[in-house]
Amino acid sequence: MEASFLEDTVVTLLRLAVTDLPQDVSDGIKRAFNKEGNKTAKSQLKAILDNIELARKQATPICQDTGIQIFYITVGSKFPLLDQIPIILTRAVQKATKEIPLRPNTVNPILHKNPGDNAGLHIPWINWKVVEGTNLEITAFPKGGGSENVCQLEMLTPGQGLKGMKKFVIDSVIAAGAKPCPPTILGIGIGGGADICMKIAKEQLLRPIGQRHPNPNIAKIEKELFSAINQTGIGPMGLGGDTTILDVHIDVAMRHPASFPVGLAVQCWAARRATVVVTADGNVQFTSHKVE
Amino acid sequence: MASYNLTTPISEETIRKLRVNDIIYITGTVFTARDEAHERALEWFHDKKELPIDPTGLCVFHCGPIVRKMDFGWEVVAAGPTTSTRMEMFEDKFIEAFNVRVIIGKGGMGAKTAAAMKKVGAVYGAFTGGAAVLAAKAIRRIINVEWLDLGMPEALWIMEVEKFGPLIVSIDSTGENLFERVHNNVEKNRERVYKLAGI
Repeated sequence: MEASFLEDTVVTLLRLAVTDLPQDVSDGIKRAFNKEGNKTAKSQLKAILDNIELARKQATPICQDTGIQIFYITVGSKFPLLDQIPIILTRAVQKATKEIPLRPNTVNPILHKNPGDNAGLHIPWINWKVVEGTNLEITAFPKGGGSENVCQLEMLTPGQGLKGMKKFVIDSVIAAGAKPCPPTILGIGIGGGADICMKIAKEQLLRPIGQRHPNPNIAKIEKELFSAINQTGIGPMGLGGDTTILDVHIDVAMRHPASFPVGLAVQCWAARRATVVVTADGNVQFTSHKVE
Repeated sequence: MASYNLTTPISEETIRKLRVNDIIYITGTVFTARDEAHERALEWFHDKKELPIDPTGLCVFHCGPIVRKMDFGWEVVAAGPTTSTRMEMFEDKFIEAFNVRVIIGKGGMGAKTAAAMKKVGAVYGAFTGGAAVLAAKAIRRIINVEWLDLGMPEALWIMEVEKFGPLIVSIDSTGENLFERVHNNVEKNRERVYKLAGI
């Protein structure tokens, strides 16, 4: 397989991600629109749904904030281009920035300079999982800055426990208010450590809307938080209403006896993600989208 | 809840008629300004240096668009609002310095901005966050771009718009703030939400 073939596949993946919202997300917003009782809130959800349709039809980015590029990859140890993946992804991001186009969003924190190509200094960021086999699965996850700015970490004490976790999540959503473009999706990671719970939290945002955790105890907390937070009255865009969040996804890791870390990742309604599986002999299948 | 079509330059008198929850559509000139453009504009004002455009009666859009250079000039691809609260530290001085009439953004603004709006006669119009394609549809053309050295998102994009909206008036020139109202309501709900979550 040629590196340029994989590069072009990733450009297509990024195009799908930023222009075509996954069906489960637009369905979730539609359900919320039908249930919403507040007039202003309904007008906001209507604008969102119209925007999603228009973006899909014109193949233009749903939101101007096309994020900092993050990839989740699961790669077989015998995938032919394994060692070239970082450079291929970087090139694909640079190409996609020009072709789609993406907004140039990488700024050097020290120099305050934007190189204009969405690359440099650890970006694009790759979350690796190496497994047995010969396939490569790539998920593109372009996430906007508004919702990233309200992500939170809280190192609770074990005594504060699950109740403390719920209070922290509710307080964080209330404090975030209109800022993360509600209705949002919440990813919660519990346990591990400071870095691990944040990583788990963000990974939860890859789960489809409506999917409950297989563990019934965790699923119950997801449902509880979902109903409770939708009673805050924050509403779409923080203008008031019944729809504040579209879903809550939680996962857990073992914790240290002295710690109860909780990570909260917040995702705006434009929950953009796209996944492709590439086999060693160059078969390409987009698993998140219908592609002709 | 009334609906208005406003054409720039907008007069103080027109702005003073608007109330929270009204819906407005803008036709005319809108320019984008985010954190860095606000900072530079205020520096220039302080140094008595003239801005590249006359902002009187115009609308400021908190937006970092995606634009593309074409043969005929710049084309807007996507142009939704960014979170306005980041500009809270500049906006009161900005409104007083430049007599802009509508601040367009998302997420609302605070007491300092509301006070300046009351004093000068300006409103905050909330555009649906993320609805970048809807916004781009109402932008007829890019008139000009200034301060491109700040990068594409932070530059000053001067745009001709037609029926740009709907914008929900969420801070009016009487000092009323819809986001503050929602916030107070959420505070009232807080204890009940805790209980529902089993806390």
